[in-house]
Amino acid sequence: MDLTILNAVVAVVIAIAFAAANAAYLVLAERRGAGRIQRRPGPNVNLFGILQPPLDGIKLMTKQLVIPGGADKALFLVAPILAMAPAITSFVTIPFSDTIVAHSMNIGVLMIFAFASLGSFAILLAGWGSRNKYSVMASVRAVSQHIAYEIPMLITVTTIVMMTGTMNLKELALSQSGGILHWHIIPSLSSPLMPVSFLIFFICSLAETNRAPFDLAEAESELVAGFHTEYGSMGFGLFFMGEYAHIVIGASLITILFLGGWGCPLGLYPGVWWFLLKVYLLIFSFIWIRWTFPRTTVYGLLNLSWKILIPISLFNLLLTAGLLKVF
Amino acid sequence: MSGPVIDIQPGETFTLNVGPQHPATHGVLRVKMEMDGEYIIKAETVLGYIHRMHELMGENRAYPQVLPNLSRLDYLGAMGYTHGHVLAIERAAGIEVPERAEYIRAIMVELNRVASHLFWFGAFVMDLGGFTPLMYAIQDREHILDMLEAVTGSRLTYCYFRFGGLYNDVDDDFVDAARAFIPRMRKSLKKYAALVTGNIIFRKRLEDIGPLSAEMCRKYGATGPVARGSGIDFDVRKNEPYSVYPEFDFDVPVYHQCDSMARYKVRMDEMEQSLRIIEQGLDKLPDGPIMPKKKPKLIKPPKGDYYQAVETARGSFGIRLVSDGTKNAYRFKLRSPTYSNMHLFDEACEGMMIMDALAMMGSLDLVIPEIDR
Amino acid sequence: MTNENVKQALQDLFPAPEPIAEEPVVEAADKNGEEKKTAKKKEEPRENGLVERDHAKHGYDIDVQLDPGELLAAVMIIDKAGFFLESITGVDWIKEDQLEVVYDFSRYDFDTYRIVIRTRTPRSKPKVPTISKIYSGANWHERETHDFFGIKFDGHPHLIPLLLPEDADFHPLLKDFKP
Repeated sequence: MDLTILNAVVAVVIAIAFAAANAAYLVLAERRGAGRIQRRPGPNVNLFGILQPPLDGIKLMTKQLVIPGGADKALFLVAPILAMAPAITSFVTIPFSDTIVAHSMNIGVLMIFAFASLGSFAILLAGWGSRNKYSVMASVRAVSQHIAYEIPMLITVTTIVMMTGTMNLKELALSQSGGILHWHIIPSLSSPLMPVSFLIFFICSLAETNRAPFDLAEAESELVAGFHTEYGSMGFGLFFMGEYAHIVIGASLITILFLGGWGCPLGLYPGVWWFLLKVYLLIFSFIWIRWTFPRTTVYGLLNLSWKILIPISLFNLLLTAGLLKVF
Repeated sequence: MSGPVIDIQPGETFTLNVGPQHPATHGVLRVKMEMDGEYIIKAETVLGYIHRMHELMGENRAYPQVLPNLSRLDYLGAMGYTHGHVLAIERAAGIEVPERAEYIRAIMVELNRVASHLFWFGAFVMDLGGFTPLMYAIQDREHILDMLEAVTGSRLTYCYFRFGGLYNDVDDDFVDAARAFIPRMRKSLKKYAALVTGNIIFRKRLEDIGPLSAEMCRKYGATGPVARGSGIDFDVRKNEPYSVYPEFDFDVPVYHQCDSMARYKVRMDEMEQSLRIIEQGLDKLPDGPIMPKKKPKLIKPPKGDYYQAVETARGSFGIRLVSDGTKNAYRFKLRSPTYSNMHLFDEACEGMMIMDALAMMGSLDLVIPEIDR
Repeated sequence: MTNENVKQALQDLFPAPEPIAEEPVVEAADKNGEEKKTAKKKEEPRENGLVERDHAKHGYDIDVQLDPGELLAAVMIIDKAGFFLESITGVDWIKEDQLEVVYDFSRYDFDTYRIVIRTRTPRSKPKVPTISKIYSGANWHERETHDFFGIKFDGHPHLIPLLLPEDADFHPLLKDFKP
């Protein structure tokens, strides 16, 4: 019993360390990737700018956190923590391989979505608390965006849960073991629309993480910096890291739900390396998309969700339910 | 997108100050917006944050002393403004310009126009949230600035034209560089069209957004790409030919959609037309002096008033010069194109969502020092 | 053709003998050279009326001087003919104790034609009717002219400083302005 508790604690600590390190170094990856896309070097001092994230961290931590006059102090201070903490906590239940998982829960999917919606709450509090009209507008946008995109995301997940009969992320991944043909992204007889589902889920996770082209909540060219306009120092740093932690979770979820988790496409040598490879490829595509596309509009974004993604995902749910009954 | 049915109760709106420091205004411009959520009910532009009274400087300095002022109007397309200035003084004082100087002027102005449009292109797409094209555009613009720097000695605020000619002749290096630049730029323009123009998000954000009717353009006196995007075939280079522009074969791109996309396309096509002019100018470039042999030592235009309009990167730039026969101008009025183009915005953005309005503002190609003068 | 009509309409604003009396003199002066005309102008301020100018020399075609009272009628004619407003500005004729407001109008089509309308108002109490009801774009131009010259535009909806600071009580382009 002692040993398992120790195991669990170590695993949780490792998961959190992994999340934090990822959040820090993805900033570097993003800047290097952006530099590559924009024909410029990006941070490149000290071996590809390897010291950039810690130095950024030190800089942010040593700066003063200015609280604007008239701001709601409590909300203003709680919001960045609320952005970062749930994102890191979500890692606890993500299985990196069949052995590396901090705590396998049978409602893992639900837990991750519950924590993910706390992220939008953080943005709402930040916008509301900082007494800035731009921030309020951004947070209102963010909330409507999160509501709109959580629905198709959840419907898609429901489809998969229906197919596999489990909400445990580990079992979800295991259900796809044995090569690329077993992955959920590949259409099968009972679920012919799975590639579309994958696309929907991918778009939704872009929107959920406030990434371009759906970064309306920080729309820097119209709302200055959106919800974190008034944040400096580590308040901003936490929002920034929270965003990247959310990206890692989004990519991990896509990997587990659609891309076979830690399984090899050919069914050989499954392991954590496959999982990480898939996650980082997805993250790279997130970065690529961000630096390629302009931003959508508020109504474009909401129309896409309510008029296109939700009907398609609902149709897919019904179709899969029907076909599961048949086959 | 159709506008909302605005039924506002008192106290339900709020005032949003866009600027004076705001990423979308590209300078110190302030727009006071009365907002209903995301919708703009009323907008009022507040100017004058970098007003420097160039017109007074034009009055209490001798004519040649004003030369550097004109390039401070518009830091992106400065060459066109200095061109207007020298043409106005030459018209008033009756100074003949050697042909070579005129050709070089036209080449320089067009190169600068491409540079200005390139920067606008990058900044405009950045307004829409796409950051990468700015880097590409700046890289192309850098070639132009290097060329201009080699000849004129400055990168942005040129003081290259003189009354009657030029300060410095171009050398073979410049001609070679300009010739090499043209095909490279054409390739880049194709790339921009592939990367940006066809992008579905980009198109959705611009098509049918920010309509400016031709009648509205006329009432406000809009010129340049803004007017040409509303179906008005007006280009001072064609309508009121000056310098050596009648010698060149080029088209004036006109689009009739009246939306932000039309204005975008006009500018993208104009770059191609400018390249054509540069190409022809380099081919035709005659030999000869760059300053006239006979030129008055002290420029004293005869009494009277004179108007000179030129087509700059932003539209029709006019100088109204009232001379009293002395070495200073009696009145030195600068008619800047963006001033009229920006004036449209207050009326046009009513009922729009803020992100569409700011996209439209980007499509007007604002350079604030030029509005405030 | 429109241009001719506009010219005729503008000419009709004035009592018949005046423009006819004015025009041949200036035309002759143009041919003989600039000196004569400037010499003539120096002696007395110009009479109201319509003068045709050489576009190549001056950059505009028709130069109309009229009283502030006739301004709106003239601008309406120009508006109907489809001209656009290029700029409005002032000139301080301190020796004659008058302020001049100058309006530039031009055309979008290839029949380029620039009409200049000028009107004079006493320096002590400068007042001109606004044309911002006809040309909405005149709004800013008139505000700017008000900033720089202190000319009151009668009926202007929003005559507050535009380019100058909002509490500015000076008019920098007046010739007796001391910074």
